[in-house]
Amino acid sequence: MSNKILLDSEKIEIILRRLVYQLIENHKNFENTVLLGLQPRGVFFIKQILEIFKRDHPNLQIKNGILDYTFFRDDFRRSEKTLSASSSKIDFSIENKNVVLVDDVLFTGRSIKAAMSSIDTYGRPKSIELLVLIDRRFKREIPIQANYCGAKIDTFKGDRVKVVWGDKLKDNVIYIES
Amino acid sequence: MDQLSVNHLLGIKSLTKKDINLIFNTASHFKEVINRPIKKVPTLRDITIANLFFENSTRTKISFELAEKRLGADIINFSSSSSSVKKGESLIDTVNNILAMKVDMIVLRHPNPGSSLLLSQYTDSCIVNAGDGSHEHPTQALLDSFSLYENLEDLKGKNILIVGDILHSRVALSNIYVLNLLGANVKLSCPLSLVPKDIEKLNLSVETDIIKALKWCDAVNVLRVQRERMLKSYFPNNREYSMLFGLDINKLNKIKKDILILHPGPINRGVEITSDIVESNNSIILDQVENGVAIRMAIIYLLASKMNFTINE
Repeated sequence: MSNKILLDSEKIEIILRRLVYQLIENHKNFENTVLLGLQPRGVFFIKQILEIFKRDHPNLQIKNGILDYTFFRDDFRRSEKTLSASSSKIDFSIENKNVVLVDDVLFTGRSIKAAMSSIDTYGRPKSIELLVLIDRRFKREIPIQANYCGAKIDTFKGDRVKVVWGDKLKDNVIYIES
Repeated sequence: MDQLSVNHLLGIKSLTKKDINLIFNTASHFKEVINRPIKKVPTLRDITIANLFFENSTRTKISFELAEKRLGADIINFSSSSSSVKKGESLIDTVNNILAMKVDMIVLRHPNPGSSLLLSQYTDSCIVNAGDGSHEHPTQALLDSFSLYENLEDLKGKNILIVGDILHSRVALSNIYVLNLLGANVKLSCPLSLVPKDIEKLNLSVETDIIKALKWCDAVNVLRVQRERMLKSYFPNNREYSMLFGLDINKLNKIKKDILILHPGPINRGVEITSDIVESNNSIILDQVENGVAIRMAIIYLLASKMNFTINE
């Protein structure tokens, strides 16, 4: 098994800043926009995004929450293991809001499909967008694409993309395990 | 992820501490789900559950039904008073007929102790015990201890008192098992005529002085006097029982501390507990009812996840 570094901390920070600017470009003052980090890995990613907002754009108030979509997954009873739920934390109404889902890696698209179904239990959003750090191209099993994408990569079957979030921005790294 | 060590929920006695922690953890997620604007998930959309109630029930039946509906399952309800049981059909025949209609899970309440175990041995279905005679009522005990866990966090070393008709109570036995597993100290308080035989084998003591017992505990679970199960008289009258063991403001004032108050329902106000105590700030009786749905969703979800999906190609 070998590990190849895909993005180091410097490149990741440039990407994070770009993604934040793209969000600002589309959502201006975020008055009617909420960001939802998807459990489990999107929660770490959204923390980094919010950190950049706080550091570079302190005047913007970003409503954010955590969404777990386990009970909406399409593989319940399809494996030997019980699907483990995590907590959701959304302390506001999402009725008529612009929702941006935040996840680290877009792979088959099935998680995003489950997350979009799950959102309906909190109300009917005005729109749903998807922001991902890594898009594993050509691996999609359903027709879902990201609106905001950090980097697109091609991988072999069996490769694993690992996003490691450090305590500080300079400790972040993304590598491919093959 | 971890999964339950059992394929049926027959009683707390067959569960491990790990199982209980898994059920609590899953229930806390379902509690969040049932507080959303839309309280329903589609997880069990391909599962059919039959609720077989051979005994009267209000809250347990409604709670199971709600839990099943909120998980997206199809359900059928059966009560013995309007069925072929009246024509002499046996329990196993009744259940096998229902299962032939492609039912996946049975929730059973039955007056005979051990009926859930019997069904699990003679039928090919997942069984959830919703109370079998005076034996066990595992979902009630789990929701009681989950409500305690929410308020007291770790139950290890906490003092829990059970007051009331222990002899006829399936809730008491299941509670004792679950509290023992979680490391709580359990004490009973009731007339000696209502103490079951061999209770010392469960590592329990009985305190007939209710004030002493209340001073000792962090929480008290008050059980109903089950007149319908009593074939003889176990104490002179309700008034004397109420004076000696009923929870009222005078007794609580004497102990000079705050304790949590639970009651599995139905409540006989004025007998085992007075109305002002039921509605006091220390009462978590309605939390128990809310938690009942979340706990039952968790149990059904965890049991269903062990039933592998198959498609005949």
